[in-house]
Amino acid sequence: MEDIGALFHGFSVALTPFNLLLMFIGVSLGVIIGVLPGLGGANGIAILLPLTFSMPPTSAIIMLSCIYWGALFGGAITSILFNIPGEPWSVATTFDGYPMAQQGHAGEALTAAFTSSFVGAFVAVVMITFLAPLVARFALQFGPPEFFAVYFLTFCSFIGMGKEPPFKIMAAMMLGFALAAVGIDTVTGQLRLIFGWHELMRGFDFLIAVIGLFGIGEILLSMEEGLSFQGRSARIDPKIVIQTWKKLPRYWATMVRSCLIGCWMGITPGGATPASFMSYGVAKRVSRDGNKFGTGVIEGVIAPETAAHAAGTSALLPMLSLGIPGSPTAAVLLGGLLIWGLQPGPLLFVEQKDFVWGLIASMYLGNIAGLIIVITCVPLFAAILRVPFSIIAPVIVVICAIGAYTVHNAMLDIWFMMLFGVLGYVFKKLSYPLAPLVLALVLGDRAEDSFRQSMLIAQGDVRIFFSNFLVGGIMSLALVLLLWPLFSRLRASLRRTAPAPT
Amino acid sequence: MSENPEPASAASGGISMRTMEIATALFFFAVGSLVVYDSHRLGSSWGSDGPEAGYFPFFIGMLICISSAVILCQAIWGRNAGRSGVFVEWQPLRQVMAVLLPALVFVLGIQVIGLYVASAIYIAGFMRWLGKYSWVKSVLLGVAVAAAAFATFEIWFQVPLFKGAFDPLSRLGY
Repeated sequence: MEDIGALFHGFSVALTPFNLLLMFIGVSLGVIIGVLPGLGGANGIAILLPLTFSMPPTSAIIMLSCIYWGALFGGAITSILFNIPGEPWSVATTFDGYPMAQQGHAGEALTAAFTSSFVGAFVAVVMITFLAPLVARFALQFGPPEFFAVYFLTFCSFIGMGKEPPFKIMAAMMLGFALAAVGIDTVTGQLRLIFGWHELMRGFDFLIAVIGLFGIGEILLSMEEGLSFQGRSARIDPKIVIQTWKKLPRYWATMVRSCLIGCWMGITPGGATPASFMSYGVAKRVSRDGNKFGTGVIEGVIAPETAAHAAGTSALLPMLSLGIPGSPTAAVLLGGLLIWGLQPGPLLFVEQKDFVWGLIASMYLGNIAGLIIVITCVPLFAAILRVPFSIIAPVIVVICAIGAYTVHNAMLDIWFMMLFGVLGYVFKKLSYPLAPLVLALVLGDRAEDSFRQSMLIAQGDVRIFFSNFLVGGIMSLALVLLLWPLFSRLRASLRRTAPAPT
Repeated sequence: MSENPEPASAASGGISMRTMEIATALFFFAVGSLVVYDSHRLGSSWGSDGPEAGYFPFFIGMLICISSAVILCQAIWGRNAGRSGVFVEWQPLRQVMAVLLPALVFVLGIQVIGLYVASAIYIAGFMRWLGKYSWVKSVLLGVAVAAAAFATFEIWFQVPLFKGAFDPLSRLGY
């Protein structure tokens, strides 16, 4: 009950005219970012982050998180109208969304996508409202070993749940840790991994990595595919909106299922992209019209969109309550907290009540604002995609360069951005995952600190990680997840040698 | 670097998947070795006051080396090693380079003449040569974007951007 009171206080924080204005600006910017190739939630927020340094933190995070909601909505527009997923999590939406648009049901598909996104996000926010304070209160008892165990769990679940080859996930992740270690060691003050190059003393900022990997890398990829946009007309008739809304309650089971999948995948750092695929797959298997999936079934739009938004939103739960982001975008927001001088983690709920509950309240309001904006302004946003790539590409490169420079006012960072861009292009093509790299770069220093503190407490004895029920449980779960690919391969090969009796 | 465009399998019309896999694995191995080397130099064991500075990175470096070694073996001898996949064909590669190389020149330009002027030239040039727009349109849009950036950052948010070694805008009083 105490939390409900806090939530209403949060609404009073979020509902100032200035914050409402920022919310609408944020959502609109977010949709534009989601529609444009090369700009996504993570790097869009990374680029805009330096501009918010002068704002009060609560207003700043409201705007930035609204950009995130907008980007989540925006991905659906390009998938349905152009068959080009603006964001990785909307790939699954193209399977049925684009066929629907081809058959002239674009309005219906868009309405279904936006509404189910809204439902997914809403359920996730409700879950955050009730679960996040509990998790934070629980985590207050954590010491360094427990925190390291949670970090370890996060990274192991990437390896266990990722669809890329496990060793590639590990290599990418460890590269992130190595980059995070560059610069001054926070404990001893020694210079690490700079090989006499003193400009490296600052270390690699993950914002630069995000802008390069996702921004420049994406531009190079889209250039290779030789984009030609051939969109369907995009206008949403209010009548169609009402008609579609009347139809949607029929698919409540799909929505509930997708919400559950999404929330689960968002909290464990599976992220929005696998959540949308998994939800689409499950819906296809369960649905009565399963064999019609892929030809333009409305359920095929509802399932991935609900899950993607539920996952994208619930990725903020571990970020707020534990200080561990569930997705690259959440990681960028976490970086923002650090820059504004807020220490993410369980203490945030105790020390920064206004901030936390203002943010949670703004999630409710931001999603409503998002739904209104996307339903009314779809033609406007779709028109952006008709601007030729030869204009958009250089403008985005310029925006990325500005964004990279403003992080530290360092020219060298622009060069690093280009380097990360090339790496992003190569990694993406060879299926090295980028999300664990970014998360390791963000969490590297703190994971190392908690590891070293644990080692200090235990005088170098690794058994501290199994010293009590809590830390031992988390570590064991992490190890199970880490070895999961091995188990499933073993099971598959057993099944192959001895076919199960039918 | 990982992007070395070795013409290893020119016959198949592009850089082969295998070449890139091997090159990237070697790149990772090199990075891992560097990390291990420097961590060892800093001290990767237990000092008088606890773990030394290289303690944690040492394991990280080892893990990079191990996983890249596995990837390398898989790429050379693995089940899919003989697969004749193409990483990128020459034509798309040329398109990628058509974006990448001007972008590198642009960054070099920032270093020399500053962000605003370089942006205007870069956008105008890109539109003129790759987009085949008229000179007037290209220059107008390039200058417009640079001016918008100038107004936003220099005047509105008061975040000065890089002016370059020669700062051509200094005569305007900025």
